[in-house]
Amino acid sequence: MAILTLPTRPWLNRESLFSWLMLAPPLLFLAAFVGYPFCYGIALSLQHRPVAQPGVFVGLKNFVTDFQDPVFWRVASNTFVYTGIATLLKAVGGLGLAVAMNQRFRMKNLVRAVLLLPFIVPTVLSTVAWMWILDPAFSVFNWFLIRLGVPKPGPSWLGNPLLAMASIIVINTWRGLPFYGITLLAGLQTIPPELYEVATVDGASGFQRFRYVLLPLLQPILLIVTLFSVIFTFADFQLVYVLTHGGPQNATHLFATYAFDLAMGAGQLGLGASVALSMLPALALLIAALTRYMQRQ
Amino acid sequence: MVEGRGRVARLLRTWVPIGFFLVLALFPFYWMAVTSLKPNAELYNTRMMPLLVYHPTLKHYVDLLTETRFLAWTWNTMLVAVAATAISLVFGGMLAYPLARLRFPGAGLIAMGVAAVYLVPQPLLFIPLADLINRLQLGNTLSAVILTYPTMLVPFCAWLLMGYFKTVPQELEEAARIDGASHWQTMWRIFLPLCTPGFISAGIFAFTLAQNEFLYALIFLTKTSVRTVPIGVIAELIRGDVFYWGQLMAAALLGAIPVALIYSFFVEHYVAGLTAGSVKG
Repeated sequence: MAILTLPTRPWLNRESLFSWLMLAPPLLFLAAFVGYPFCYGIALSLQHRPVAQPGVFVGLKNFVTDFQDPVFWRVASNTFVYTGIATLLKAVGGLGLAVAMNQRFRMKNLVRAVLLLPFIVPTVLSTVAWMWILDPAFSVFNWFLIRLGVPKPGPSWLGNPLLAMASIIVINTWRGLPFYGITLLAGLQTIPPELYEVATVDGASGFQRFRYVLLPLLQPILLIVTLFSVIFTFADFQLVYVLTHGGPQNATHLFATYAFDLAMGAGQLGLGASVALSMLPALALLIAALTRYMQRQ
Repeated sequence: MVEGRGRVARLLRTWVPIGFFLVLALFPFYWMAVTSLKPNAELYNTRMMPLLVYHPTLKHYVDLLTETRFLAWTWNTMLVAVAATAISLVFGGMLAYPLARLRFPGAGLIAMGVAAVYLVPQPLLFIPLADLINRLQLGNTLSAVILTYPTMLVPFCAWLLMGYFKTVPQELEEAARIDGASHWQTMWRIFLPLCTPGFISAGIFAFTLAQNEFLYALIFLTKTSVRTVPIGVIAELIRGDVFYWGQLMAAALLGAIPVALIYSFFVEHYVAGLTAGSVKG
């Protein structure tokens, strides 16, 4: 135990000083690469700033431009529809997945590992597979639909505005469902089985046990997972960028992809930053809610 | 007989829903594999049953490995993911230890700040970051992404490790302190070795997140030689309106395998990390 009896350096032992010395490097890093860009983004959104040119302060002009731009409102409504429906599907499907998995059966751990694959595999790679599944000429779905009597060439999954939105929602759900399911499963497993047994003895049906025992006990986890999912679906970028680029006719553009197009495509950094920042009010509310909730736990 | 039927019914009740979720989860991967093995004549023939391969060939894999820089992209992806994960574990641990184990004024506020930063999505930051990276002259270097990925991974690792650190009993450290060890020695020699599972959880999670990152890589890495797999695949196997479907699917599968493999070794840790944020066991 020689190490434990070394003479101690008293200044290191003062708890606060030690804590702050330890915190300083990572906090400085986050300040430089999150805090500074965040503030700089706000400054950019108030500038007319074409790429590779100095910015000119224009006040709220970019935001006025956004609010008068019909595409901006289309993007806003797309983002809310996408987030709302995908989250609902993930919540319902995830609950189903968790309940299905919360039984005793063989190879359970293997099944759980396999079910998580869509969540593990880089989104871009699985999205490319989906793109091919939904290809206008060679869609595997359409191959079957045509043989079932649907007129050629079958539905244009990514070419029709409504179907394109439905497609990105389904793919987002496909990817996010395991996260919901496996997290809820972990929650289910903390519920003591006696509670079910008591409810069963008292004559509760399967649905009643689900509704009055399981759901109330799962509620805190369900809330946290939902907030997580909403935040990251709301700010989603890569799925839409790869699959539709926001098309057809802006039908699937989200805040993130539209901001990207304005800033990186059209070179309007200020305007792009203002579109990205338009996400902030909704995000800030969600983040504040989730942060407070996580703290209380 | 009745018992037998009950057993079948129970098996059906278990496996029909599970089977449904399995097919749903796996179909796109099956489709990648099947497509990547088809010769072009079969790939673009709508008269043939698409779910099967009649004349399997490795041509698309050979083309992918010889005509593109796929191996270089894979190497870049691994390098970036490992470096970003390492930075994030060190910084995350440095944040988590004082916040979880020590008492000092301001701890609550910092913890809340870390949680909030974790939840700030990249699309909120990418435009100013692009400008910042340009000014630092880091465009088209792997450093650009090695430096920016930890912005999302550090708060995540910190949060996960905090949860883990709190589960370690305080007595061990107190005993060490009474024996005269400094804070540093207590942390380094007593505490951290006990937390290896927590670091593995955070590490494997951070690693998969880094592999998955797209937006920063898309903006910062525009030269073939520095690209990561997701960017390389999107930028170079889709040229205008021409999709190299066979190679795309081969790349998607080959790109997914390393992540899936590493994940499979650490599934339990991964699941522990996944659920740690929201479930208190």
